[in-house]
Formats: sequence, structure tokens, C-alpha cells
Amino acid sequence: MLPDIVALTTSPSLSVPWWKVVYDFSSLTEWIDASLHNYMSPFWTTITEMLIIGVLILLFYAVIGLFLVYAERKVCAFMQNRLGPNRVGPFGIFQTIADLFKLLFKELIPIKNADGFLFNLAPFIVIIASFMAIAAIPFAKGLHAIDLNIGVLYVMAVSAMGVIGVLLAGWSSNNKYSLIGAMRSGAQIVSYELSVGLSIITIIILAGSMQLSVIVEAQRDGWFIFKGHIPAFIAFIVFLISSTAETNRGPFDLAEAESELTAGYHTEYSGIKFAFFFLAEYINMFIVASIAATVFLGGWMPFHVGHWVGFNYIMDFIPPFIWYIGKTFFVIFLMMWFKWTFPRLRIDQLLTLEWKYLLPINLVNVLIMAFIVLMGWHF
Amino acid sequence: MEEKEIITTPDEEQEYVINMGPQHPSTHGVLRLLVSLKGEKVKSIQPHVGYIHSGIEKMCESITYPQIIHLTDRMDYISAHINNEAVCLNVEKALEIDIPDRIKVIRTIMSELTRLQSHQLWWACFGMDLGGLTCFFYGLRDREKILDIFEETCGGRMIVSYNCPGGLMYDIHPNFQKRVKDFIKYFRKILPEYDQLLTGNVIFHERSRGIGKLTKEDAISFGVTGPTGRASGFSCDVRKHEPYSAYDRVQFKEILHTEGDTFARYIARIDEMWESMNIIEQLIDNIPEGPFAVKMKPVIKLPEGEYYQRVETARGELGVYIISDGNKNPYRVKFRSPNFSNLSVLNHIASGFKIADLVAIGGSLDLIIPDIDR
Repeated sequence: MLPDIVALTTSPSLSVPWWKVVYDFSSLTEWIDASLHNYMSPFWTTITEMLIIGVLILLFYAVIGLFLVYAERKVCAFMQNRLGPNRVGPFGIFQTIADLFKLLFKELIPIKNADGFLFNLAPFIVIIASFMAIAAIPFAKGLHAIDLNIGVLYVMAVSAMGVIGVLLAGWSSNNKYSLIGAMRSGAQIVSYELSVGLSIITIIILAGSMQLSVIVEAQRDGWFIFKGHIPAFIAFIVFLISSTAETNRGPFDLAEAESELTAGYHTEYSGIKFAFFFLAEYINMFIVASIAATVFLGGWMPFHVGHWVGFNYIMDFIPPFIWYIGKTFFVIFLMMWFKWTFPRLRIDQLLTLEWKYLLPINLVNVLIMAFIVLMGWHF
Repeated sequence: MEEKEIITTPDEEQEYVINMGPQHPSTHGVLRLLVSLKGEKVKSIQPHVGYIHSGIEKMCESITYPQIIHLTDRMDYISAHINNEAVCLNVEKALEIDIPDRIKVIRTIMSELTRLQSHQLWWACFGMDLGGLTCFFYGLRDREKILDIFEETCGGRMIVSYNCPGGLMYDIHPNFQKRVKDFIKYFRKILPEYDQLLTGNVIFHERSRGIGKLTKEDAISFGVTGPTGRASGFSCDVRKHEPYSAYDRVQFKEILHTEGDTFARYIARIDEMWESMNIIEQLIDNIPEGPFAVKMKPVIKLPEGEYYQRVETARGELGVYIISDGNKNPYRVKFRSPNFSNLSVLNHIASGFKIADLVAIGGSLDLIIPDIDR
């Protein structure tokens, strides 16, 4: 029997439109959980569920990574009056898969005098950090691997772990360019982590919770970017800037800076180890875009306007997953737009921007937001 | 609080030296810069040249004068036409040949087109050095249009070999005038787009203003010429001071700036593009009728003596010095190449700045490495 029909037939209120029930993934996951419990002990049920989720997230990870690389190429081609990949498959959609195979078959060049253990460990740290962060992101109602009550904090904490991998990569490569790149990256990520945190705190004050599902639910009648007046908008801008910097993307790609440091911290990597860094960059971009979409733009919540019942009704018809992906890709497109139009900053200008401008703006912004929430001036 | 340094080895050994090049994305060729760093700061730069040394000056001694132009093509390959013009003018001066107006005008138009495409390529690469990758495609897109015009008339795109002692290799293509006019019309609209993409950007201003300041005195004493020298206020435009070909009959400004920083060098080149378009517009409708080459002897022999001719390439002053002993080969040829002098100033203006500034300054000097090594 299909889970949806179970949910439909047992649904207490028939006034709820059928698609709302279908779009709610929690009934599906609960049904899977219940049926697994019928066959095995709770311990093995947990193990099996973890395996299923692990495989699903890995698959999603790979697909999203490949798609983002393709999207970046197409967007960048669009910005530069080019066509982009258009030979492998229709519109070149298999180009990234072909590239993946190329990277898989390439030789892993051993580096003389490199610290072998750390050199091999670094790409895994980078990729595990991004892999862990993706687990807590709510893709749709009931469609998240784990719903921690400190979800935002967790995502920020694990995604910041990636910098360890970058530092190790730069240090262990036995290459002077790599070392400079790693040092830059360390200074940059540690600084911009503050701004990311503070801009999210602005919204946490408004939402009153750090649990991602609660934050999304709180945006049922209006996204926080509209609800929170100007402070929320400022926080969104600051978050965009600092998260672009945190993912080491242009115009803040000083750690790579191919015209200065050849390729920065991953100069010496080849083959699949390089692919790990490459993939992790795009997944990190996806993660920060997801956070921006979830915290500021309502996550999977459709666009609702106050008492326009008909309008809200139509908006509800679009599946939440589509809403979520659409918002995320909107933010990703913005970040790609930055990268392909701006020149790169210098390291001292980068740190000046953070410590002298973004941080004070952010601190004041948090205060204003707290005041607004205290007075109850938000919608 | 005082900064304490733990010194375990002599100062010389504590330097963090990196090799920029010979294989490096921002040296645009095989220039090797030994850069001593202190953190991100550049302490000193030691350029090592010679990685693409091809012995052009020595080879010139064993070939005839019309053959030399095929070597000078390869020197500063982005402004190949102007290099050839220098050799041809020198040979013609030595032989005291009167060059018809048609040749002069066509040479001037071609020189200015060469300058335009050279500056377009420079703009593209300079943007890329600063991390704005889109600039590269904008610059190359427009440069292709000039190369297409070259291809139609000269057969070659970059290495044109269009000049020869006594005139031109062949007459201009019937489409030449129309296509050049179309291009100027197109590029007048496109050049403001360059400004929108890079010149007006606040990050670009931050990266280039006050970086790598070169004073007028230093520019003169280092022999820095071209847009780089003129951005420091050194009036060194050979086209103005010692007009050759048809430059004495056109109206144009010598672009002079006084700031001498990377931004001034950038603006000087952008302004030069506008001036080049003005020059071409004045000449393109007034190409006189006449032969495209003067009848020369089958074997050109220069009378015994020393001859010097200088021209303004896209990067500065190129001097060609020929000593002839009366044979069909020159006795000695010396090129005073602009890039060599421009490179010599790099350590002077870039030390004390950051690595990223070194790349920006290097880009603003617009170095072509085969011209340095020759």
C-alpha cells in the first residue's frame, strides 16, 4: 500500500488539500520507520536507516556537485559571451561527468618531501566537513536527515571545520605558494566566520529558535527578509558577502588566486584528491546558499502574502522542494554573478572589510533587531 | 609592545623566497621573478631573463635586410607591425628612398590598429591578473575583429610581416577601409563597456590607486617609455616628438598623466585607445592613390655607416640601431626594446607592496617577454 494513501485515508481533517499531505514527507519517512520496526529490533532499524540516509545523501551530494559545476560553467559562459560546454550530450550536460571520469583516471602524483599522511588526509577533512553540514539541512517538510535543536549552530560549526583541511593541505604540500594560500585562507575564514554567525544571530533573535525546522515554520506568513524590516535585509547582504568569502569564492578567492599563487593550497593535488577539493567548494557554496535560503528566504516555505487566500492557495500548489531548490539556486546564481564580474580583493583589504566594516555593522544590526523584537515592531 | 624576532640563522637565510615563473600565470610568458617575501610583503624582486632568448640580434647579422622583418615580428609579437616598421624606416632612411604617401598612410593605420589590439589584449590580461576573469573574454572578443582585418589584408593575424623595406608586401584588401570604419564605429560603443566592467569598479580602484608609484624622475632615469612612462608625466611619445610615417599630418593628443600609479597607467592605455581611433578615423578616408611599394634593387645593400630609427610601439620606444659595412647583411644590429627598460623598474616600484600588488604592477607594465630577451 502506498504511504500517501495511508496518510490520506487516515487524515483527520479532510479540509486540508490533498497536495499538502502528499508534499509532507514526514508521513513517508514515518511509514518507512514503522515498517522497518516490524522486521527488526530497534538497534538494527537505526543502523539500516542510517545506511539508507547515508547512501541517499551521498547520491544527492554527487548529483548536486556535478550539476553545480555544470551550472557554473554555463553561468560563467553567459557572463562572458560564450556558449559554455555544448558537445558532450545535449547542451553539454554530461561534460562534468566526463570530467569526473578524467579526474578519476588521472595519476595521483606523489610529492617529494611532502608530509604524506596529512597530505592524504586533507581532502577528506574538507569533504567530510561539507558532507556533515548537508545532513542538517531541511529540503522539504519532513525531508531532513536530522533535525537538531541547535541546527544552525551545528551547520556553521561543521562547515567551518573545512578550514582545517585547507590549512593542512597548504602546510603538507611542501610548496611555498600552497603555504601562502593556506595562511590566507585561515585568516579569511576565521574572520568571516564572525560575520556569518552574527548575521544569522540577527535572524535567530527574530525566530526565537536555532532549530531549522522551527525557523522555517516561523516563516509561514512571511519570509524573515520581509518580516524583519531593514535589519533582516542588512543581515542578508552581510551574510551573502561573508558566506562568499567563507567558501573561498571570487572576489574573495585569495586562497586560490590563480594569477598570484597559481592555485593556492591545492596546487600540488592531482586526480581524485583535487576533485575532492573542487567538489567540496561547490558543495560548500550549496550549503551556504541553503542556509541563506532557509534562514532568510523561508526555506521550503512557499511565498505567502498576508490575507490573499487565493494567491497563497496557488503558491501552496508548488511543491516545497521546488521552492527550496529555487531559492537556493537563486542565491547560488548571485554568488556566481559576483565571482564572474568582480576583480579580486587584496588580503589586507579583505580583512579591513571584515573587521572595520562588516563586523561593526553587524553588531549594531543585532542590537537594532533585538530592539525591534523587544518592542514587537516586526510583522 | 616590541616585536621580538627569534633569530637562529643569518638574515639572508631567513628570507622566504618564491620563484614567480618561469611558469606562472601572471608573468605572461617565461619571465622568472625571484621574489623575497616577508609575510605577504614583497621585500625585493630580482628578475631573471633569458628563458626565451632566441638570439634575434645575432641572427640578424647573417641574413639580409628584407629577412630581418620576419625576426622582428617575433620580438614584441603583440605589436609585430610596428617593430617591422622600425626596421623598414631605418633601411629606407639609410638608402635615402622617398616613400609615397599611400604607403605612409597605410603604415600609420596599420600601426594604430596594432596598438589598439595590443591594448585590448593588455586590458584583457590585466583584468585577469586582478582576478576579473570576464575581462579576458571581452578584450579578446574585440581583438579578434582587428585580427580578422589583418588576416584579410596581410594573410597573417598576429605575426603580420606586412612591411618590407621600400613599402608594403601587398596592397590593402578592397574591404579594408569599410571594415576598419565598421570596427571603429563598433568599438566606440564597446569601449565604455570596458569602463563599466573594470574601470568603475570600487575593488579595482582600491587595488590600483596609489600602487606602484613611479615618479617622473625615476621614469626618465630608468628609461621607462610608452604609456607606462607617460602615466608618470614623462613626455616620451616618439609619434609626437619625432614624427615618422604619416603622424605629422594627423591631430592627436599625447596622453600624459602625473600620478604614476597603476591606475594612471591603466587610464593612460584606455585613453590611448581613444586616440588611436581618432588617428585612424582621420586617415582611413584619405588614403592617397599610388603604388604600394617602391621598386627596390633585388639585393639591398646599405652604405657603410651607422643608422638609428626609433618608433613608438604599443609598449614604448623601440630603437633599431644598424651598423652596416656595405654588405647585404648588417654588421651589427641592436634593438633598444621598451620592455627591457620597463622591466628594470619593477623592483624599484613594487618592493614594499603585497604579492597581489606585484601582480597588478607587473600587469600594468604590460611586459612581453620575447621582447626583453630578444
